Amino acid sequence: MSHAPFIIASFAVTGVGMIWLVVSSYLSMRRAEASADALRERS
Amino acid sequence: MHRFANPARFLRIAKPLTPALFWPGLLLTLMACIWGLFFIPTERLMGDTVKILFVHVPAAWLGMGGWTGIAIASIVQLVWRHPLAGVAARAIAVPGATFAAICLITGSIWGRPTWGTWWVWDGRLTSMLVLFFLYLGYIALSNASSEKGDTSRVAAVFGVIGAINIPIINRSVIWWESQHQKASITFSGSSIDTAYLAPLFVAVAGFSLLFGALVLMRMRAALAAMRIEARMRRMAQG
Repeated sequence: MSHAPFIIASFAVTGVGMIWLVVSSYLSMRRAEASADALRERS
Repeated sequence: MHRFANPARFLRIAKPLTPALFWPGLLLTLMACIWGLFFIPTERLMGDTVKILFVHVPAAWLGMGGWTGIAIASIVQLVWRHPLAGVAARAIAVPGATFAAICLITGSIWGRPTWGTWWVWDGRLTSMLVLFFLYLGYIALSNASSEKGDTSRVAAVFGVIGAINIPIINRSVIWWESQHQKASITFSGSSIDTAYLAPLFVAVAGFSLLFGALVLMRMRAALAAMRIEARMRRMAQG
């Protein structure tokens, strides 16, 4: 049995999970901080 | 600890700390993955599947470490009413659940070529699955009962009670017959060869730094949302 597909699948799952976490966390932080700053300047 | 109770003071530290954790974490993680994939010898019994070690073990460590963080933050919230503790616990939940899921999936993928099966209902695997479900329960509970972006006391109590599962996961391979191997790294030493141990430590360090950066990002998002809510309320009151 070739081990390569199992290794590739494991690293792919981890990569996708990490990219999703980083992108979603970064975007939610940027959006929330930009909205808070905009509201502060407006008021 | 109460020095950081002021969100403004916390943000002054969190803003430079986020990239300071993220970039070294990303560098170490990529380094460990390349090292583990291309520069380690084939293991005698497991063959090349040993490479899965470098994503599976950090994911398990952070899945369990994440809940330990939730439990500590929940205790701090319940006992000392620290205003940032609930925010921290809530910020840990999604990254912790993701790492628990990665641990379960990569473990299942690793099990097929080494054990001949994707899944067995033994103590280690089942208690890890329970941890993943605890995370989902915590996320649902804290979203449903959040108070001004903070976590409710109900979710904090759930976070403390759920921590009972962490020593069960740790001791499961000793208490019950298990397909899963016994602990390879203990306080008394390691049974893993240095050729695998060195990149494993780099991977654990890298993923841990990234985890810290992710938690800070989520805390900053929650604090900004709280600022917006407070300002909107003040504006509504005139």
